[in-house]
Amino acid sequence: MQMDQKFTDTTWPAAPEKATLEGKNKYLGFWLFLGGETVLFASLFATYLALKDKVPNADAALAKDIFDLPLTFVATMLLLTSSLTSVYAMYHMKNHDFKRMQAWLVVTVLLGAGFLGLEIYEFNHYVHEFHHTFTSSAFGSAFYTLVGFHGAHVAFGLLWITSLMLRNAGRGLNLYNAPKFYVASLYWHFIDVVWVFIFTVVYLMGMVG
Amino acid sequence: MSTYAKKQGFGATLWDYLTTVDHKKIAILYLIAGGVFFVLGGLEAMFIRIQLAIPNNDFVSAGFYNEILTMHGTTMIFLAAMPLVFAMMNAVVPLQIGARDVAFPFLNSLGFWLFFFGGLFLNLSWFMGGAPDAGWTSYASLSLHSPGHGVDFYILGLQISGLGTLIAGINFLATIINMRTPGMTYMRMPLFTWSTFVVSALILFAFPPLTVGLVLLMFDRMFGSNFFDVAAGGNTIIWEHLFWIFGHPEVYILILPAFGIFSEILATFSRKRLFGYSSMVFATVLIGFLGFMVWAHHMFTVGLGPIANAIFAVATMAIAVPTGIKIFNWLLTMWGGSVKFTVPMLYAVAFIPSFTMGGVTGIMNAVAPADYIFHDTYFVVAHFHYVIVGGVVFGLLAGVTFYWPKMFGTMLNETLGKISFWTFLIGFHLTFFIQHFLGLMGMPRRIFTFLDNQGLNTGNMISTVGAFFMAFAVIVLVINIIITSVKNVKVGNDPWGDGRTLEWAISSPPPYYNFKQLPLVRGLDAYWVEKMDGKTEMTPAEPLGDIHMPNSSILPLTTSLGLFVAAFGALYNMDDDKTWTVPVIIIGLLITLGSMLIRSIKDDHGYHIHKEELTDDHDKGVKA
Amino acid sequence: MVNERLNSANPSFDLKYRRKKNAEEMKHQVITFAMMIFFTLIAFAAVGFDFSKWFIKPVILLLAVVQVIFQLYYFMHMKHKGHNTIALFLFSGLAVGLLTVLTFLTIVWW
Ligand code: HEM
Ligand SMILES: [Cu+2]
Repeated sequence: MQMDQKFTDTTWPAAPEKATLEGKNKYLGFWLFLGGETVLFASLFATYLALKDKVPNADAALAKDIFDLPLTFVATMLLLTSSLTSVYAMYHMKNHDFKRMQAWLVVTVLLGAGFLGLEIYEFNHYVHEFHHTFTSSAFGSAFYTLVGFHGAHVAFGLLWITSLMLRNAGRGLNLYNAPKFYVASLYWHFIDVVWVFIFTVVYLMGMVG
Repeated sequence: MSTYAKKQGFGATLWDYLTTVDHKKIAILYLIAGGVFFVLGGLEAMFIRIQLAIPNNDFVSAGFYNEILTMHGTTMIFLAAMPLVFAMMNAVVPLQIGARDVAFPFLNSLGFWLFFFGGLFLNLSWFMGGAPDAGWTSYASLSLHSPGHGVDFYILGLQISGLGTLIAGINFLATIINMRTPGMTYMRMPLFTWSTFVVSALILFAFPPLTVGLVLLMFDRMFGSNFFDVAAGGNTIIWEHLFWIFGHPEVYILILPAFGIFSEILATFSRKRLFGYSSMVFATVLIGFLGFMVWAHHMFTVGLGPIANAIFAVATMAIAVPTGIKIFNWLLTMWGGSVKFTVPMLYAVAFIPSFTMGGVTGIMNAVAPADYIFHDTYFVVAHFHYVIVGGVVFGLLAGVTFYWPKMFGTMLNETLGKISFWTFLIGFHLTFFIQHFLGLMGMPRRIFTFLDNQGLNTGNMISTVGAFFMAFAVIVLVINIIITSVKNVKVGNDPWGDGRTLEWAISSPPPYYNFKQLPLVRGLDAYWVEKMDGKTEMTPAEPLGDIHMPNSSILPLTTSLGLFVAAFGALYNMDDDKTWTVPVIIIGLLITLGSMLIRSIKDDHGYHIHKEELTDDHDKGVKA
Repeated sequence: MVNERLNSANPSFDLKYRRKKNAEEMKHQVITFAMMIFFTLIAFAAVGFDFSKWFIKPVILLLAVVQVIFQLYYFMHMKHKGHNTIALFLFSGLAVGLLTVLTFLTIVWW
């Protein structure tokens, strides 16, 4: 089968991401990678929990002093919604509707960018308001590393999805790029999964004390 | 393609290897690179033993000794044993499951080049201000205060090569899950494939903690964070946990493939089906599982408390059960078989008692209160060399000899092989057996010299003599390889005559597309089953058709090269007087990201070998 | 597999059937999403209203777990057939990760 073969709505397979051996491998390999990422983030969470509120002196900022409920809430809503929009994108991919898929991916990227913007604002705020920096305490180091790793994943996801969209803008869907879009969306959901634990464990539980 | 390799000039062959995505050539690359690092690590071991041959020696200085010791351990584990294991896996596993290649040929090559550049980077430390000197465990309390850039080389080098390992692990998992030939069910997979499968899972879950640990250490050393700095609220125990959560599975990552190789060899040369196949599979999986629950046995003396120590002690002892199952199965495989003592078989037979001794001292170490006495003495050094040399290195030497014909199409000389074997075996026990007693007599680990008149002289001298035996064995092996390669006498599919599994059903070395038609597997030991039915070939599972092949690419090399370049910038960035570091980081990352971008933008559909070409090959006999 | 349906006698009927199934699944996804938002609201509200922390912490953790299960099984399609291997590896990773977290909450000395 020619990989860049053109499809019509009727010939388009129901599971285009797994219709070729390459696609199947990519799909499985990516899930395995996510299994590894789970351990990676768990190690970062563990480190954060061990170092939470561990500071050198009484002046240093603690979790309950710095976090801000409304800001975290808005960021969370942005990211959760972007998860839904990427589901919409995959829905249209399965229906062989390239235009709509691209449109929903654009929305996803915009929401993700909004989230990232808020995070940058937030970090900046902590540094200037509370002198809570990467080097000010073990707590600071652990906090910025955990949340920053997640932020870096968001940034990478944005670059990835954007370059996929640009690369394929001119040629529509085929069995070569369908798995690529699919695993990118899996990645995006995974980022969301991690965020659910970050907002719960770091922010909400941090505020509770 | 490899079919024409013979006619190629040196440049073309080199380019072929730099860009290859063929698992058989990647295996050779791993073998060469791992072999070179093994010799390097061995040389470092010889320096250690020469320094410790007599009391108050000044062959090397104390500081230099620390560097040699650290580099010996790090090189042997990450740059010699692991890649040699990967060489075996790449050479054998796709053939054993009847696949045309691995699931991700491009990533396979990327994994190799990441490992290679990471290892190169680490070893360049020798010429750039000194090697790391905080031990291969690089405990944070020590490594944070190590002056110079040695430890930074350790961090960045391992980070890069660790990435390569992770990629290789995912690749083998996907390969074994998705690429098995028709009829090759999980419970018909040869044990080497099974151990590769379990090991790849261990890699997938063990390397992320190491990655995190190295990142934290890097941040502390290079960017002023405080993870391990107690004065700022940090905690140095975090490093120890992260390191050993990785580190203990790592030792199983090394030993399980050796177990797999020995299972193949013992069945082949006992000319008998492996005893207790399903219990062997079960034991392999169980060892992999338990391997994640015992890491704190390296930290008994940290002061985790009696409850934690007790739990980890019991969990550790539990691993002896599946390991014992394996030992007895191997013995019973030989029992009643018609045993042929080839070189690989000699290693296998010697492995059983040698490894068991290491296992027994392991159980001794697992008794937490007793470990307070053993810890950080030569007793521990003896223990882990018994498992690592008596297990892993024996396994690799056996595996290389056993699979040499499959990789290169020639047979290593048996007489020279036997000379290597006997000197290595004798040297090994001379070197390490006595170290148990040195340890019990109180000789601490990681010391650069010892005093006279403490009863340690004879033992250390014996140990050094043994090391020279092993060096001799390795030299004979190298000579053997050279002679064999020069003579270049080609052999057929099944040169040992008793091959049982699929890899022996195909020519040595196999054509670049492996199986012309995917073979149909009808039982455990697929090739043996056919032999017993009086056939000489596998039954094909598909009609002859076009074969889809991946394209070669230089991008894996450039992607890894970029990280290598960027690492130099990152390493010197902490020095205030160097202004070139940021541009270097940027250039390096641009090379890497640029290569990745090209990879994702340029479609790579591979190419097809047409049916007609395949039939041609058949008529002339397979050329490759 | 699913492709086999491609060859069915009446492709346009087939297409309609598939479209309908996809649309149905999408509806489920939207419901899932609504529930996730709802859980998030509860979690934030619980913290905002300042209940006892012995009450809040377990509740919001539970909500997070449920939410993540929704993500995995609906958004990431793990409820579909053929995800056994994937689930095995994901949950093994999770087990290793949770063990690490447990360790770092108990035996890092303080
Ligand atoms: C075959 C000949 C070998 C000899 C003669 C040898 C000798 C030694 C010696 C004398 C030490 C120093 C112990 C100390 O002072 O604490 C050492 C440490 C070590 N060796 Fe070997 N070794 C050999 C092979 C290997 C192999 C094949 C591996 C791994 C695959 C290995 C792994 C290690 C490790 C991890 C350490 C600990 C380094 C550290 O303390 O940081 N060795 N070896
Ligand atoms: Cu261990």
